[in-house]
Amino acid sequence: METVNLICIGCPMGCPMTVTLENGVVQSVSGNTCRRGDIYARKEVTAPTRIVTSTVRVTGSTTGAVTVPCKTASDIPKKDIFRCMEALAGVTVSAPIRLGQALVKNVASTGVDVVATKEIL
Amino acid sequence: MKHDLIILGGGPAGLAAAIAAYDAGLRDILIVERDKELGGILNQCIHNGFGLHTFKEELTGPEYAARFIDGVKARNIPYVLNTMALHVSSDKRVTLMNRTDGVQTVAAGAIVLAMGCRERSRGALNIPGYRPAGIYSAGTAQRLVNIEGYMPGREVVILGSGDIGLIMARRLTLEGAKVKVVAELMPYSGGLKRNIVQCLDDYGIPLKLSHTVVDIRGRKRVEGVTIAAVDERNRPIPGTEEDYDCDTLLLSCGLIPENELSREMGVSINPITNGPVVNESLETSIPGVFAAGNVLHVHDLVDFVSEEAAAAGAAAAAYVQAGCADVARREIPVSFEGGVRYTVPCSIDPAFVKDALTVRFRVGGVMKNRIVSVLLDGEQAVKKRRQIMAPGEMEEVRLTREMFDRHPDLREIRIKVEEA
Repeated sequence: METVNLICIGCPMGCPMTVTLENGVVQSVSGNTCRRGDIYARKEVTAPTRIVTSTVRVTGSTTGAVTVPCKTASDIPKKDIFRCMEALAGVTVSAPIRLGQALVKNVASTGVDVVATKEIL
Repeated sequence: MKHDLIILGGGPAGLAAAIAAYDAGLRDILIVERDKELGGILNQCIHNGFGLHTFKEELTGPEYAARFIDGVKARNIPYVLNTMALHVSSDKRVTLMNRTDGVQTVAAGAIVLAMGCRERSRGALNIPGYRPAGIYSAGTAQRLVNIEGYMPGREVVILGSGDIGLIMARRLTLEGAKVKVVAELMPYSGGLKRNIVQCLDDYGIPLKLSHTVVDIRGRKRVEGVTIAAVDERNRPIPGTEEDYDCDTLLLSCGLIPENELSREMGVSINPITNGPVVNESLETSIPGVFAAGNVLHVHDLVDFVSEEAAAAGAAAAAYVQAGCADVARREIPVSFEGGVRYTVPCSIDPAFVKDALTVRFRVGGVMKNRIVSVLLDGEQAVKKRRQIMAPGEMEEVRLTREMFDRHPDLREIRIKVEEA
């Protein structure tokens, strides 16, 4: 039996959690105060993922914005974070941009889109 | 010119206060914002983790702001942008300035102070060395990267482990910079645990507790910094110096509520929080002047800023609707012991508590296995167990109408933290 101590990153409460594993299979999660904690703990010890947030360049904004903030629409494998950033490095989008508009589809072949997190006029 | 309610600041606190005041029936409201858009600091906080308490989903800063900006626009609440409040008099006359209207003075029935906070600067930290380019507060670097689209440097050392510093350690790493170390003067981090995990541990960035910057090298541009361990009185220990070559030093060493306007108008300031002294209605020492958000006390979570500001907005509406009259009120002080540094509010008049009242506080050091109690005239009204308490994490207790009803002649409200 192996135990892993984790701090939940699901929300700013940062619950200290303990996961027990048997041959790489999660047996129990404790210390979490919500269901998100349980989900995070199971993922974190087997296949950790993160939502990536960044910005990309904008042209043609009437308000003078030069960047638009964005995020992966859902969490992607931790190991793909830097490939995702590389894929975003050369991207320029033109205004107007809607909140939630897909800016890059299937970023770094993760199957996840990068979407705008702000409306840019 | 006159408005029933003027809200100083269009960030998360100002927006939530405006919406709550409107929903309480007030219509003549003006939000004053000095930036070119509403949303305040959330506009540059592009990371996720906002809104879990309020919306039960994980939003980025701009997305969280958009919810409230949409709420203000849907209600047609008036706001002015690019407008600076220069002065507020004790009789609630606000002097505003902008490029289109010049300087004008507007009277207010009530005011909500929602100006937020500022970062502690290098000058306030007394770091020796030259004054080369390449030294930024973490929030300035955040604005440069996320809004202006500039990288402040390539090789970075961060002093202070406040949340913005931790967030920027990750952000700069993702954008290709090398963050060499985060040094923290205190023996514990000033930031949230989750940010240590997902911003430093995820990227192998070392955090050195009980360390500080003792020298900055370089005359035109930062060329390196020297970090040393400190003793229990925060004095650098000779012989522990380590040199780091870098072109950038970020400072994330605490936030200070921005209360120049409050002080000028004569609002009493709590020396612990650097924010106004407020009662249960979040009303300052000047009747009809309310405060909420980071101008009142620095928060870790915007969700709680919104919640607090909504209470201030509703209280301001009630004040206006009652004819802006000064009413006799009780001020039962909230006293505390066992490592509590301050509480917000500082005093309570139970007559003004509707269904429930949230009292927020911080502790002065890291403590494990504690019991937090609220004693009303010595009788335990709230008891809750906390596995761990830290200065970087705000605590709260909830007092209900029912608890106050059990003590009609209440004289003493005491918050106590003790070992379990």
